[in-house]
Amino acid sequence: MNARLGWRKFVSNLMLTLTGVCAFVSVSILFFILGYLLFNGGASINWAFFTQLPKPVGEVGGGMANAIVGSAKLLLAASLFGVPFGFMGGIYLAEFSGPKTASVVRYAADLLNGVPSIVIGIFAFSLVVLPFKQFSTLAGSFALGLMMIPITLRSTEEFLNAVPSVLREGAMALGASKWKTIATVIVPAAYRGILTAILLALARVAGETAPLLFTALGNRFWSPGWGQPTASLPVVIYNYAQSPYEDWHRQAWAAGLVLLGFILIVNILARTILSRGIAAPRS
Amino acid sequence: MAGSRSFISKLREGDEIARLVTFLFAASVVLITVLLVYELWINSALPRHKFGLHFFVTEVWDPVMDQFGALPFIYGTVVTSAVALCLAVPLGIGAAIFLAELAPPRVSDTLEFFIDLLAAVPSVIYGVLGVFIVVPLMRQVIYPALNKPFGFLPIFKGPSYGVGFLTAGIVLAIMLIPYIISVSREVLLSVPRDQREAALALGATRWESTWKVVVPFAKTGIMGSVFLALARALGETMAVTMVIGNTPQIAASLFAPGYSIAAVIANEFTEATGELYTQSLIALGLVLFLLTFVLNGLARLLIIVTTQKGSKVRA
Repeated sequence: MNARLGWRKFVSNLMLTLTGVCAFVSVSILFFILGYLLFNGGASINWAFFTQLPKPVGEVGGGMANAIVGSAKLLLAASLFGVPFGFMGGIYLAEFSGPKTASVVRYAADLLNGVPSIVIGIFAFSLVVLPFKQFSTLAGSFALGLMMIPITLRSTEEFLNAVPSVLREGAMALGASKWKTIATVIVPAAYRGILTAILLALARVAGETAPLLFTALGNRFWSPGWGQPTASLPVVIYNYAQSPYEDWHRQAWAAGLVLLGFILIVNILARTILSRGIAAPRS
Repeated sequence: MAGSRSFISKLREGDEIARLVTFLFAASVVLITVLLVYELWINSALPRHKFGLHFFVTEVWDPVMDQFGALPFIYGTVVTSAVALCLAVPLGIGAAIFLAELAPPRVSDTLEFFIDLLAAVPSVIYGVLGVFIVVPLMRQVIYPALNKPFGFLPIFKGPSYGVGFLTAGIVLAIMLIPYIISVSREVLLSVPRDQREAALALGATRWESTWKVVVPFAKTGIMGSVFLALARALGETMAVTMVIGNTPQIAASLFAPGYSIAAVIANEFTEATGELYTQSLIALGLVLFLLTFVLNGLARLLIIVTTQKGSKVRA
């Protein structure tokens, strides 16, 4: 064993350790963020946080009930708009379309997926806010729903294609029409994957702030119905974190904790559904 | 047999209706995308006619005098993204190498799970972290550490206010790391096993086989992951807006406050008065769209090329 080989082994071990350090540092960011939000915002999460309106500047206390409800409404309407388009479009791609049409639709979806969220905001502004001359929950939902479409579409297609062709042929052989095969055999076989994709899409848009800035705007009070500006958790975090008030900072951390908690739980839930479902369609 | 059934009987069974309905949904996805590009284009006509290409090289952004130039914002976007990549690429690729080459599958999958969760953290949360952790850290630790020994370099000159290009770059880098890791790991895992074994059999150490054989094999795909990350960085709004300082200027120093395309849209869009002002902001949005469009396309191409190369060699 000469010195040269020893040196090479030393370099090898050193660099491999360094890559381990890189991985450790990267993963620890997640726990740092969680710990930081828990430490700073955990204390501000109480009953009032979920049930009360924000207090005026200077008064301590109050909550974010309007932002929580606002976010829930935004996500609900966004799913009602985004999921059908993505789901039905995905069925068309996987089951009906020829290769040429499919590649056009796929390309459009990928393009839409890559559009920066702030540009989606501009689009929703000029399409929904300008004609009605009103910032609204609906405009915000439109922007978020747009962002859900490509994710839902591409994964619906992917999971439908992954259904074994034996199932398809079996149903056809029994005399079922094509749409009946799709509705009663193929989609049920792939539903876990599709559900996962929808949940992941929901988690992704739940934290989006940029498209809401000039569509849903913000609101210090309740937003009745769907046609008024509404508060939402991400926008409130953004505004509060930039304010000079200590109490608002604490509220921003608490809201961040709630938002991040929601997103992480949905993510973990989605991945559990998928990992349990992998065995199901093949057995 | 499906082919022998007449059109009418197919219609009665609902096949044609189902095809039509799903087609309408798919077609409207295409339509929406086209409409998006169209809206951006017609709504930015005013500055295009008034300023032409000067829009991209003018440094003045003065809403009162109706003078709009995109240069400071393009500069800010490019500089912050470049800083972010310089920090995130080595760390991300290092971590990806660890996950793909060294870690046992179970450890690798667990860590990848956490990396995926990290990628799901919303950007406004990174912004909050930037405001309350990176900005004070910049003022108290990073600025003195860089300014004292390297202050003679133009990029580390001048005072620091905490917010600025470097701060935004650091926050962006943290956001990009999970994207780079996920994609690079996929690409590295698609490198055929024989490549590694051949290198090891020739007497290479583990690191030499990784760095001189596996990584070059996956180079194009890793480049793809970097472009993907770059496209994210360019379009990132919230985290950058909160820490870049929001000052439309071109400064050589990384400590100076600046502005980015996405940040100026986020801050000024609702307050913009006058057609020209609003349309100039939309023109900036169009620039952003085109940039990310090109980068995303390039990234996808590179990733596809590499993963196919892997499967070809294996086959």
